[in-house]
Amino acid sequence: MCHPRSVLTPRLACRDALVIHFDNVTKVYANQNRPALDHVSVDVDKGEFVFLVGPSGSGKSTFLRLILKEERPNSGAIHVAGKDLARLSNFKVPHLRRRIGCVFQDFRLLPNKNVYENVAFALEVIGKPRRFIRKVVPEVIELVGLEGKAHRMPDELSGGEQQRVAMARAFVNRPMILLADEPTGNIDPATSIGIMKVLDRINRTGTTVVMATHDAAIVDSMRKRVVELEDGKIVRDQSRGVYGQAY
Amino acid sequence: MRANFIFSEVWIGLRRNLTMTIAVIITVAVGMAMLGVGLMINAQVTMMQGYWYDKVEVSVFLCAKNSQIPACNGKAITDAQTKALEQQIKAMPGVEKVYFEDQAKAYENFQDSAANNPLVNATKVEDMPTSFRVKLADPDKYQPVIDALNGQPGVAQAMNQKELIEKFFVMLDKLRGGALAVAIILVLAAALLIGNTVRLSAFNRRRETGIMRLVGASNLYIQLPFVMEGMIAGLVGGVFAAVMLIVAKVFLFEEIGRYLALGAQIGWNDVASVITLTMVIGVLICVLASFVTLRRYLRV
Repeated sequence: MCHPRSVLTPRLACRDALVIHFDNVTKVYANQNRPALDHVSVDVDKGEFVFLVGPSGSGKSTFLRLILKEERPNSGAIHVAGKDLARLSNFKVPHLRRRIGCVFQDFRLLPNKNVYENVAFALEVIGKPRRFIRKVVPEVIELVGLEGKAHRMPDELSGGEQQRVAMARAFVNRPMILLADEPTGNIDPATSIGIMKVLDRINRTGTTVVMATHDAAIVDSMRKRVVELEDGKIVRDQSRGVYGQAY
Repeated sequence: MRANFIFSEVWIGLRRNLTMTIAVIITVAVGMAMLGVGLMINAQVTMMQGYWYDKVEVSVFLCAKNSQIPACNGKAITDAQTKALEQQIKAMPGVEKVYFEDQAKAYENFQDSAANNPLVNATKVEDMPTSFRVKLADPDKYQPVIDALNGQPGVAQAMNQKELIEKFFVMLDKLRGGALAVAIILVLAAALLIGNTVRLSAFNRRRETGIMRLVGASNLYIQLPFVMEGMIAGLVGGVFAAVMLIVAKVFLFEEIGRYLALGAQIGWNDVASVITLTMVIGVLICVLASFVTLRRYLRV
């Protein structure tokens, strides 16, 4: 068995099982003195569900952006899906991103496309054949619980439903990793439970889920691994953790 | 690659920026037409230089009976004078060849060079002057020959044809320079306009491109619709420019050529190559301008 978090030295042996591997990563944004991430080392296994918690400005979003190679670290090494991001040419970044789905607080749906078209868009732009799209899009719409609403426009849907569309779009290409940046931030607690159920369902298919959140109730109820950041440093990394234990 | 997806994106982009697209098309069309006219004048000049410089020589017009030119005093040149003159010219340094052009030959040449000129019908053989045509080893050293021959008995006037043509070439050169200058300015304007259009387009579609980036669309997929927009605008502009150039060939070059008896006329194959060149340049500039702008406004 491979437990990368507890094993400090022979990391290489575990690399295949590691989906995300941060080794002593520091990120300082230009014109800022304080690092957004300060010597952070984290390993995430395949199929894990990880909550990323911490106050605003603690580095959660930077962590997610580094995984997508939207930003580069100032020092340290990042491996995602077995690839060393420092060695990954810009040309290949899109292929990395195809293996990562993203969900945001503000949904980011296209307002002039209906549910089906919004989900299909993610496949169209990576050149998938139409037959494939016609087959998988209805499946994933059903997976997120929106069957029968494929032809609704985003403005006809509630916030929770819009977030389900966003999750369907993020998951339709069966990514290895799903990054969620405060997916319940704009949604009331009752609806949030439904969103978390969908994320859990996605996680059960073997997709690694990393979710940045402020929502203590959700973290406490899920009992998953919790990584807490504060001022760019990891102050807690607990399996089956709760939101506020460190205080 | 899904062509219909790209094309629908291009169509949406062009429609959203219709006014800007029209501005781009007009600028490209006029710019490319000016460039084309410049190139056509260039071809015309080269052709005429080849045609005329072969023929350029010092003409020594001889006195005819009742000549109005003061140097003749109204008397025709005598045979003896003609012979003496011929010997004198042949003996001059730098003279390569001398031949005598009689009235019949002069008339024939005139008819050839001014085939469509209405003057031809009004001119009779007797009206044509006789002359010695002097071919020089170095066409630029005509001045001493002319100086020596003017004032000789029986010589009405010695003159260098090159001087006459030169003036015309200078004018054509200025026209060409003007057309090319306007073309360069317009091409610059077109490039900036395209840059702006693409920027607007990129801003209008920032949601779509943001999502495309996130789900891992390749740079080609993200950028191609924008570049195609520029390319299509360039192509349409190029087609308009081609029409303008054809009109210019028919109504400008041919008409002027007929009027001025230029001797040499650019053909349709010249026009075709000019059109091809301007099209390629137009499309290339559009694509380049799109690319450069995308680098700045569409980080991938």
